[in-house]
Amino acid sequence: MVGRPQPRRALVIRRTVRFLDERSGAAPFLRKALRYVFPDHWSFLLGEVALYSFVVLVLTGIYLTLFFKPSLAVVHYHGAYLPLRGREMSEAYESTVNISLSIKAGLLMRQTHHWAADVFVAAIVLHLLRIFFTGAFQKPRDLTYYIGLVMLIFALLEGYLGYSLVDDLLSGMGLAIGYGVAMSLPFVGANISQLLWNGPFPGGHDFESRMYMAHVLLLPLLIGGLILLHLTLVAARHHTQFAEGRATEKKVVGMPTVPAYAPRSLGLAFAVAAVLFLMGGLIQINPIWQWGPYHVSQATNGAQPDWYLGWLIGALRLVPNFDVTIGHYTLVPNPFWGGAGFPMFVFLVLFAWPSLERRVTGDYAFHNLLDRPRDAPWRTAIGVAFFTWIFVVFLAGAADRMFVMFDLSYRGQIWAFRVLVWVLPVVALFVAKRVCEELLRGEVVEVRRKLVEAEPVG
Amino acid sequence: MRRWLIALVVLVLGRLRRRPELDSGGRIVPPGGPDRRAESLVLLLFAGATLCGAAVPVVYAWDAIPDQTQFLGLAFGLAFAFSSAACIVIGKRLVVTEELEEDYGLSHPDDREALEQLVEESGDRFTRKRLLFLAGAGAGSALGAALLTPAASLGPVFDVSSLYRTPWHRGVRLVDETGRALRAGDIEEATFYTAYPEHADREQMGAPVVVVRLKPEQLRLPDDRRGWAPAGILAYSKICTHAGCAIALYRKPTFAPVEPRPALVCPCHYSTFDVANGGGVLFGPAGRPLPQLPLAIDASGGLRAAGNFSGPVGPSWWGVRNHGARS
Repeated sequence: MVGRPQPRRALVIRRTVRFLDERSGAAPFLRKALRYVFPDHWSFLLGEVALYSFVVLVLTGIYLTLFFKPSLAVVHYHGAYLPLRGREMSEAYESTVNISLSIKAGLLMRQTHHWAADVFVAAIVLHLLRIFFTGAFQKPRDLTYYIGLVMLIFALLEGYLGYSLVDDLLSGMGLAIGYGVAMSLPFVGANISQLLWNGPFPGGHDFESRMYMAHVLLLPLLIGGLILLHLTLVAARHHTQFAEGRATEKKVVGMPTVPAYAPRSLGLAFAVAAVLFLMGGLIQINPIWQWGPYHVSQATNGAQPDWYLGWLIGALRLVPNFDVTIGHYTLVPNPFWGGAGFPMFVFLVLFAWPSLERRVTGDYAFHNLLDRPRDAPWRTAIGVAFFTWIFVVFLAGAADRMFVMFDLSYRGQIWAFRVLVWVLPVVALFVAKRVCEELLRGEVVEVRRKLVEAEPVG
Repeated sequence: MRRWLIALVVLVLGRLRRRPELDSGGRIVPPGGPDRRAESLVLLLFAGATLCGAAVPVVYAWDAIPDQTQFLGLAFGLAFAFSSAACIVIGKRLVVTEELEEDYGLSHPDDREALEQLVEESGDRFTRKRLLFLAGAGAGSALGAALLTPAASLGPVFDVSSLYRTPWHRGVRLVDETGRALRAGDIEEATFYTAYPEHADREQMGAPVVVVRLKPEQLRLPDDRRGWAPAGILAYSKICTHAGCAIALYRKPTFAPVEPRPALVCPCHYSTFDVANGGGVLFGPAGRPLPQLPLAIDASGGLRAAGNFSGPVGPSWWGVRNHGARS
């Protein structure tokens, strides 16, 4: 190579780099960034899947805003779909039916958007489980973990608002439940819900614009901003890694952004987009033209929300029928326990966990090496019990589907779930603890066997 | 002499070992050989991506293709899938995958010291720190409250009396979805009817009611509701007292002994209300009975409200009184 005239390509690179550095002075930063080290493990990709789903959500979402009308003004449908011809409906619902059935590529974009939302939350939850069970939330990454939890809350709210905007029958039922839960908040429930809805349910027409603003501007901006902060913190403290090869608490080992990691990550981004568009094109989701427009007096049987709200439906169904009352006054209405108290408690535990664990174990040290779940049997056991608890509640949310599909008595199921929801976590706790301990013991035996084999006989 | 020899060997070995590093010394990324098969594969994958990408406008423009959504999704999805495969082959086979180390580099004690000093010295000249801090905090909270005040315009935050209000009062006619007046003779047993107050906004929780008919001897209404169900016809609010969904299921005929009584069921969380005894909760999470609307039959046989509901309609809230609704 040396001595040959520089090829033209190199000149392009040289010019681009010079342009960038002279205008921004970013050369030292970029030089470091391109050599930033990524440790490699499949489970580290879950957060990236969430990130790329968010990108797909924003892009498909922008497309949908070009056609969607966030208005509850009443119109008569005269579109392409015969069964709805002449029906009274809101502009919001009419425009969504039109996106689905009259606008080319509209249904693809809408379904891809919906699937992307489901995948987005799923990836966040799996990422959270990975972080929890490997102890990646420990100092110095606890702040990163808290930001992740806040993003999960925003993502749940964002998804709920997304399908509530449409004003089809299911979204109206979802909003009615949301209103019921808001009303049940102690002391301020009625006031807060009157404030948000601008009057008793279904509220003023401006409620739709409020949801729309939150869904397309406020929450996406908040989530996007927090993603930036999350990634900045991750990069500032570097990735965690498993104790393999040359990895130590002091040194992070892996491949650099360029040339090795960037194409892989780009490949993952395209893969996420591929899966979401294939799902959006081939697998039907929320065919709102079949549900019809929402009216306060209407409901349908067997309605299920998107999966990530299943735990709340389950909790609302499992709580026995009681209100906290004094004489003729209701104090805490029933939906509070399942719809607000339960998720609040879950997030409280998740937020409190890093400091709780620090206090109990007395371990205030920095942790750059990840634990394998078995390395921290108590954390793993409590985590498994906790997530089992949530999962059983989640299953209870599908009890009516199980009644329809397997003919299991609904009432019997609810009673079974009311017992299982306390029994299974305890079982899971002991099983998980035992499995961790056995795995560790097996390793000790294995090490001893190797030592014995290595020792010369004689 | 022996020492010299050892020194020489060490020197030579050292140079030999350094040689490869020297060769790549000018490089940042370590060198690697070409992999023409992987290159061909990437070319092929890019060709696939191009083809599928180009298929999108074709499918879009060609109206004769049925199931546009599916084909567009396939074209988009496969274009992304081919691009993804190409990138991954590049990342795994065509670029050098070296393993690098980097320090975690955790704290900067000197800078922290300087920061602390900076903050402390900046406040040197304040003499009444505590007082100033309190005053500042007061101003801050007042400003915060001031900024929040306009939010009160969002809705009737302090007026919850409208939650008790419904469009029903004595004499209001019950009409069906088409606006036709409901007559006592139309109401059959073993089914349910949705009714609305005549000339009222139907999109409010207080409006819709469920009308059912039982045999008069099946009724077990409380004493103070005697006469609320003329000819065994009962009306209840259609809105569940649990979380505000519309009640859309009527359990009739029943299957004794599992479900001995006719009941109204909400499809959201399966709160189950006894129609015979005034809407008491049989099962499910609802904490309050379903509000009952007293009925009367007018001279022409039409159904009319004989008053307002037995309790507030819709989901409960902190402080809700279980007395009658207001018109």
